[in-house]
Amino acid sequence: MRALILALLVLVSAPAAAVQPDEILKDPALEARAREISKELRCLVCQNQSIDDSDAPLARDLRILVRDRLKAGDSDDQAMAFIVERYGDFVLLRPPFRSYTAILWAGPALFLLAGIAGVAIWHRRRRTAVRETAPLSAEEKARVDALLDRGGRP
Amino acid sequence: MALRPIHLLPAAVFLAIAASFGVYLWQVGAGGKDITQLPSAMIDKPAPQFDLPPIQGRTDGFKTDDLKGRVALVNVWASWCPPCRVEHPVLMTLAKDGVPIYGINIKDKPEDALRFLDTLGNPFARIGADTNGRTSIDWGVYGYPETFIVDASGRIRYRHVGPIGPGQLDSIIRPMIRKVRG
Repeated sequence: MRALILALLVLVSAPAAAVQPDEILKDPALEARAREISKELRCLVCQNQSIDDSDAPLARDLRILVRDRLKAGDSDDQAMAFIVERYGDFVLLRPPFRSYTAILWAGPALFLLAGIAGVAIWHRRRRTAVRETAPLSAEEKARVDALLDRGGRP
Repeated sequence: MALRPIHLLPAAVFLAIAASFGVYLWQVGAGGKDITQLPSAMIDKPAPQFDLPPIQGRTDGFKTDDLKGRVALVNVWASWCPPCRVEHPVLMTLAKDGVPIYGINIKDKPEDALRFLDTLGNPFARIGADTNGRTSIDWGVYGYPETFIVDASGRIRYRHVGPIGPGQLDSIIRPMIRKVRG
């Protein structure tokens, strides 16, 4: 019985988020949108946590601000833009595509292309190398014949 | 097999990556680069619109229009913030330069804020009480204290995160004020 209760407790316990009960919106749809937005926004105090995860006071203020914007009728993008206007692109955990982030986004593709090019060149080289193997010189031929005559023993 | 230039490529790539990591490590270590200092999104933008009431027990308050007409400093502080206390004597010195320093008192108890000013002195021309922190968010503040230099047209020109050290007055703040004055 005790094991069953324990198992149930483990099952129902969700991973802890920093959202406090008094922050949660009454409208579950709005609250769900607020949670999704909060997961995309960086806490500027802890920097590698989202405001949804962070217990910093600023993260709490930003969570409430996001909820207030949604209540005021903002779309998800508008609410996000409101925060970006104040804190810059750095506040976004997913970096947007900009001229200075181009290498970040294009980098993996460039590495892949370079790898494909490298393999292609290597293959071509190997094929030509096989085709262009020089015929045996007279000296080499004589040595091969001598070896074969002795039944392969040196 | 003879060593051809192509065989040095992996080593060269490794060295290039190692070198770029090394440069960064040097910058944050011996180079003294502070990675906690974030660039402000507010630079060269007009100061946000706000109208803050005074700290309870005072009569001034602070609003956007107070910034029009001359170069000014805006300092975000609180009595509960230890680095603000460290920075305070520097603000007292700076106030004697004749540049108005405006204060945004963030999430403070009025009696604590007043006691802070009474015991340590008041460098501020006007102070607004930001009781819920919203005005500070409008300024893009993420740590305390933060100091902004605003030009005569009300545009934010410089942001300093953390306390202004005594040495930074002459190395950063005063030259910046001169530059903004033009």
